[in-house]
Amino acid sequence: MSEPTSKLPVQAAPIELEREPLVGDLHGPGWLSDKIAGVIEAKTPLWWWCAFIPSLVLLGMCGTCIAYLISTGVGVWGLNHPIMWGWAIINFVWWIGIGHAGTLISAILFLLRQRWRTSINRAAEAMTIFAVMCAGTYPVIHIGRVWFGWWLMPFPNSNGPIWPQFRSPLMWDVFAVSTYFTVSLLFWYMGLIPDLAVMRDRSKTKMRKFAYGLFSLGWTGSNRHWSNYEKAYLLLAGLSTPLVLSVHSIVSLDFAVSQLPGWHTTIFPPYFVAGAVYSGFGMVLTLLIPLRSMLKLEQVITMRHIDLMCKVTLGVGCIVSYAYGMEYFIAWYSGNPYEKSTFWNRLFGSYWWGGWLMITCNAMVPQLFWFKGIRQNLVIVFILSILVNVGMWAERFVIVVGSLYHEFLPSNWSYYMPTKIDVLTYVGTFGLFFTFFLLFIRFVPLIAISEVKGVTPQADPHHPLGGAKPGGHH
Amino acid sequence: MPDNAKAFGLLAEFESPAATMHAAEKVRDAGFQRWDVYSPYPVHGMDKAMGMKNSPVGWFSFIGGASGYTLGMLMIWYMNGHNYAIPVGGKPMFSPFSAFPPSYELTILLGAFGALFGMLFMNRLPRLHHPLLKHKRFLGATHDRFFIVIESSDPKYSERETRRLLESLGSRQIELVEE
Repeated sequence: MSEPTSKLPVQAAPIELEREPLVGDLHGPGWLSDKIAGVIEAKTPLWWWCAFIPSLVLLGMCGTCIAYLISTGVGVWGLNHPIMWGWAIINFVWWIGIGHAGTLISAILFLLRQRWRTSINRAAEAMTIFAVMCAGTYPVIHIGRVWFGWWLMPFPNSNGPIWPQFRSPLMWDVFAVSTYFTVSLLFWYMGLIPDLAVMRDRSKTKMRKFAYGLFSLGWTGSNRHWSNYEKAYLLLAGLSTPLVLSVHSIVSLDFAVSQLPGWHTTIFPPYFVAGAVYSGFGMVLTLLIPLRSMLKLEQVITMRHIDLMCKVTLGVGCIVSYAYGMEYFIAWYSGNPYEKSTFWNRLFGSYWWGGWLMITCNAMVPQLFWFKGIRQNLVIVFILSILVNVGMWAERFVIVVGSLYHEFLPSNWSYYMPTKIDVLTYVGTFGLFFTFFLLFIRFVPLIAISEVKGVTPQADPHHPLGGAKPGGHH
Repeated sequence: MPDNAKAFGLLAEFESPAATMHAAEKVRDAGFQRWDVYSPYPVHGMDKAMGMKNSPVGWFSFIGGASGYTLGMLMIWYMNGHNYAIPVGGKPMFSPFSAFPPSYELTILLGAFGALFGMLFMNRLPRLHHPLLKHKRFLGATHDRFFIVIESSDPKYSERETRRLLESLGSRQIELVEE
């Protein structure tokens, strides 16, 4: 009792308070480098080619459809008055929503000091970038005369000049989406610099040494550099957080600023952000569950990671369910006949299947994640993660088409069907997404090596595994 | 020091992050200026052990963000309120509210540029060549090794004395790195 505190031995937390380690079997930094860099250094596996070639074919199909659209006109899509926003806008909103989980994992979970994010943030950020690329394709090809696309940018021109109309949310969207893409890319690349240096220092061939050396910018691992680096990382996380919240908010304002029942509502910004994060986590699970077993990364992306991702999906799923409930309540409480009829039509109108699909997949399916048995069963989690994105696609369909097809005047009512080109373009964007994603896992460390190293107990100078001497002061 | 004019400095390897940190505290207390710790990940508490000040990268980001916001507001006022006014629904030609979302995005965009390029500027990166990167043993710094390097340009540097100091701090391997 009279022992001076400095003599107290370094003690580990009691067993019941000890959390499952973030890296299985207490592997240390060297093992992590070998394991994660080994994915790239190993011979290209057969399954990679089996996935890459179809993706490339789909990408070609996407390009062909777009070329056909541009050369022929937007009439090749199923758009007609009053449904002038069809699959293109649905898919735009859907893809960009998927991106949001990447930024949530890399930025918001970083600010909340959730150390488990380090095993999944790199792949999730890559997913964000490629999803935003898929999304960004749509507004550009949707404008009809694509060669005037540059009018969206505030460039000086010889027509007066005529400037963009900044009171329109569509113009805000241009700024939100292009900023989102650029900042996500910067954040991702900055995180990559130390890992590209890892690859550079391990490379055996001249070509690799040159390429990784060039992109790692001469990184040495100096602590004076790390200090500036960590500050910049914190700042980018702090800037990306309000950014990601603003992007889907602004996308939702494209709808909410109009007068249309089903669109004209104040709940849209938070509702869209929650839906975006929900679909993004679905996509992260869809991608990482097969990847971790095919690349033998079970000890880096552990069951604890899967469990935590399921819990986040459940949490945001509940927010989405609340938003659905609140939309119906407001439709009833408003007493507005147009509002009421729009929401009645969602469940019992021509597109009843969309409404029920959305409620089943987005409000009911995530409730299964309350059960630990389900969160621990990878097959079930994988299937549910796909249902999440089916449901989110249905939600976008219900919002876009379900609100437009019956507007105020019955003479304006119509029915919308996509054409073959609509469908093939959408399927083609998966080719775009997976081509880039597969190239990413082949050439770039798909897990943030230096960040995972930093959360191991070996990295902590105050932990016995990090060299802290028991009995000594720290 | 004409005898080691071609030396970049002394490279000392340490066993663990804790050992490196204790050694760094001693090197700091010995009054060295041009020296550094190299590690595969940022070691928590090392900045203090090295006696470093808070990183100034935040200023770059702040200036970027502030100019982004100003640029956004001025641009929209000039384009929609001054140079080419489009009357829509009786709304004012310029309102800070409708100009806010694009300006907000530009704040973040230029703030992010400030953070990244400020970091690269402070670190004097990119650089194509570094004496340490030629050194075989040093390649472990991105793997699982910890090093302290005291550069020969430090006013207190002397090959014999500095080597002795690093030995006394428990380094198991000390090598001279050529420029």
